[in-house]
Amino acid sequence: MLANRKLILAHFWLAFGVFGIALTLGAWQMFIRSPIGTWLSNPELYYRSLTAHGTVMGYVFPTLVAMGFGYAISESALEQRLVGVRWAWTGFWLIVAGSITAVIPIALGRASVLYTFYPPLIGNVFYYLGVVLVVVGSWIWVALMAINLRVWRKAHPGAPVPLAMFANVAGSYLWAWTAVGAALELLLQIIPVAAGLKATIDAGLARVFFSWTLHAIVYFWLMPTYIAYYTIVPRAIGGRVYSDSMARISFILFLVVAMPIGMHHTFADPMVGAGFKFIHSAFTALVALPTLLTVFTICASVEIAARLRGGRGMFGWMKALPWDNPMMLALAFSFVMLGFGGAGGLINMSYQLDASIHNTQWITGHFHLIFGGAIVIMYFAIAYDLWPHLTGRELIDIRLIRTQLWLWFIGMIITTFPWHWVGILGMPRRMAYFDFGDPAIAPQALSVAFSAIGGFILLASGIMFIVVLARGMRAPQTDAGPYRFAVAVHQATTVPVALNTHALWVALMIALTLTNYGYPILNLALGGGTSVPAVYVGAQ
Amino acid sequence: MSAEDTHGSAEVAARVERRWATVAVIIIVMMALLAAFAGIHRATMPQPRVETTDPSRIHLSGEFVESNLGSVLEANGNVTVRAIGQQYSFTPACIVVPADTPITMRATSADVVHGILIQGTNINTMLVPGYISEQLMRFTRTGDYLMPCQEFCSFGHEGMWGKVKVIDKTEFADRAKGGGRLNCVGQ
Repeated sequence: MLANRKLILAHFWLAFGVFGIALTLGAWQMFIRSPIGTWLSNPELYYRSLTAHGTVMGYVFPTLVAMGFGYAISESALEQRLVGVRWAWTGFWLIVAGSITAVIPIALGRASVLYTFYPPLIGNVFYYLGVVLVVVGSWIWVALMAINLRVWRKAHPGAPVPLAMFANVAGSYLWAWTAVGAALELLLQIIPVAAGLKATIDAGLARVFFSWTLHAIVYFWLMPTYIAYYTIVPRAIGGRVYSDSMARISFILFLVVAMPIGMHHTFADPMVGAGFKFIHSAFTALVALPTLLTVFTICASVEIAARLRGGRGMFGWMKALPWDNPMMLALAFSFVMLGFGGAGGLINMSYQLDASIHNTQWITGHFHLIFGGAIVIMYFAIAYDLWPHLTGRELIDIRLIRTQLWLWFIGMIITTFPWHWVGILGMPRRMAYFDFGDPAIAPQALSVAFSAIGGFILLASGIMFIVVLARGMRAPQTDAGPYRFAVAVHQATTVPVALNTHALWVALMIALTLTNYGYPILNLALGGGTSVPAVYVGAQ
Repeated sequence: MSAEDTHGSAEVAARVERRWATVAVIIIVMMALLAAFAGIHRATMPQPRVETTDPSRIHLSGEFVESNLGSVLEANGNVTVRAIGQQYSFTPACIVVPADTPITMRATSADVVHGILIQGTNINTMLVPGYISEQLMRFTRTGDYLMPCQEFCSFGHEGMWGKVKVIDKTEFADRAKGGGRLNCVGQ
C-alpha cells in the first residue's frame, strides 16, 4: 500500500513538468538548426537552450523519476511505511531550489557552458551551485533507500529482499558513487574558479573527472527501466519472471562494471595514455553482459506470458501477447530502440571504431535513442502503471496512451536514424547553425530536416503524455488495490547472501574505480604545469 | 504439478540460461581480443602518449609559435603538420598536405577545449589546452576536405570550420622546395 502518495506524485509531476519544458526546447533546437528553420541571428540563444535542455534531461528529470519510483518501490515491495518522510521532502525541496538556482543564470545567458561543463569555459557560479544542490537532494534519497532496507531487514532477518527493492538500492548506490566524479570536478576545480578564488584550471583533469560520472550516470538513468522490465512488465502482461537470481546478477553487474569504464569517452583525448583507454574499452564491453542477460530473461518471461495465454509454436506465441496492453507496447518499443542503440553503443566504446564517429551527430543520435527512446518510454509506462495507485483514480484514455507510445517510438526513430547517418558523414555536434548552401554540407540537409520533423512528433507525444496524466487526476475514483510486482517462476525462498546484500558489490565497485581511475587522476593532479586560464562565458 | 516436475523444469531453465550466459561471455571476450589485436598491430588506435605544453606561452616560443605552424616535408619524406585551435578558428585555417604520404598532425589549443574532425576520414581528435594531440594520417585521394571543430567552444563554435587540401605528391614536393611552412590559406 502506498502511504506517501503525495510525496511520490510531487516527484513525478516535477519530473514530467521539467521534462515537458526541456522537450519543447529540444524540438526548437532541432528546428532552428535544420534547413526548414530560419537562420538564428544570435547563436548564443541556441547554446542557452541547449544548456537548459541537457541540464534538465541529464540531471533533474531522470533523478526525480528514480527518486519517486524508488519511494514507491520501498513502500510497496517492502510493505512498510517510508522511514524518513521529512528527509524525503527535504531532498525534494533541495532539488526544486537547485533547479531554480541553476536555471536563472542559464536563462540570463550567464551559464551557456552545456551540461557537460567542459572547463576552461566557466559560467556563473550559481549554475554550478544549483547542480550541486540537485545532487545533494538526490543523495538524501540514496541514504533513505539504504535506511529503509535496513529497517526491513531487521524485521525480516534472513528473508530474501524483494527483487524490486534489491535493484532499487543497487541503483541508488550506483548513483551515489558515480556522482562523485562530477562532484570532485565541481568542488575542487570549477566552483573555486567560478567564484573568483582561482584563475586557472586543468582542463584535462576536469575531463577525466567528468568521464567518471558521464558514463555510469547512463546506467543510473537505466535502472528504473530495468526494474520495470523485470518486476512490472511480467505482472502487467500476465506472465512470470523467468529467473529471479539472473535478475539479481544483472543488477549486481551494473553496479560493479558500470563505473570503471568512463574513459571510453576520452579515446580521442590527449591527456590519457593508450593503456588506460584500452582497459576502459574492455570493461565497457563487459557492461554489455548484464544487458544481454536481461534481453534473454525478459524475452523468456514474455514468452511465458504468451504461452499461459495459449500461445503456440516456435514464434507463433508472439501473436498471443496482449498487444493492446500499453505495458506490452512500451516494452516492445523499448527493446527495439535498445537493440539499435546498444549496437551503436558497441561502436562508440570500441577502441578503434570510435574515431569515425567521435563528437559527431552520431553520438547525439545514439544517446537520444537509448535514453530518450528505450529508457524514457519505460518511464512513461511506469507512470501509467503507478498512476491509479497514486491518485486512486483510473486512467481511462487507453487509446490515447497507445497513440502516445506509438508516436514516441515513431518520433524517436525519425529523429535519431537520420541523426546517426549525418554523424557518419562527419557532421559535428553542438552547432547552432549549418551552412547547407556549402556543397559539402548540402547532402546532409534532407536528413537534418527529417530529424527536425521527428522532434515535433516527439513533442506531440510528450504533450499527450502530460494530458493523460492530468486527466487521470480528475477521472472517476477507483480502488486500484495494493501495488504488486511480478513473481518469478521459481520464487526464491532463500537467496545466497551474495545475491541478497550489496556490501561486497559496493566494495568491488569502489575498488575497481580506484584501480581504473586512481593512477590517471593522480598523474594529472600531481603532474602540474597544465592548468590554463579560465575563459568566462558571457564576459565577452 | 508435483514437486519433482518443478525441480526438473527449474533445472531446464537454469541450463538454457547458462548456455545463453556462455554465448554472451564469448561475444564479449571476442570483442576485447579483436580490439587488442588491431591495437597491437597498430592498424588503428587512439593516441598512445601524453605530451603537455603551456598554452599561455605557445605563441612566444616552442613548437607552436606562429612561424612554425603549417606543413613541413621531413628529410625522410614524411610530412608533419602543426596547427592550433583557438576561439573560433584554426591556424592555419587551410592545411595543405600531399596524397599517399604518411602524415603526422600535431595540434593543441590556445584557449578552451576544441576538436579537429576531417570529414570523410577517420581523423578525429580533441584539442585540450595544456596537452598536445597527435594523429597519424594518410590521404589516398586528392581534393578538399572540411575540417570542423567538433567540441563546443562557446558562442562562435558553429563558425569554426577549417579546410584540408590534399594535393598531388610531386606538386607538394615542388612547393616544399622553398622551405618554410606550407599552408593553403587564401588559395
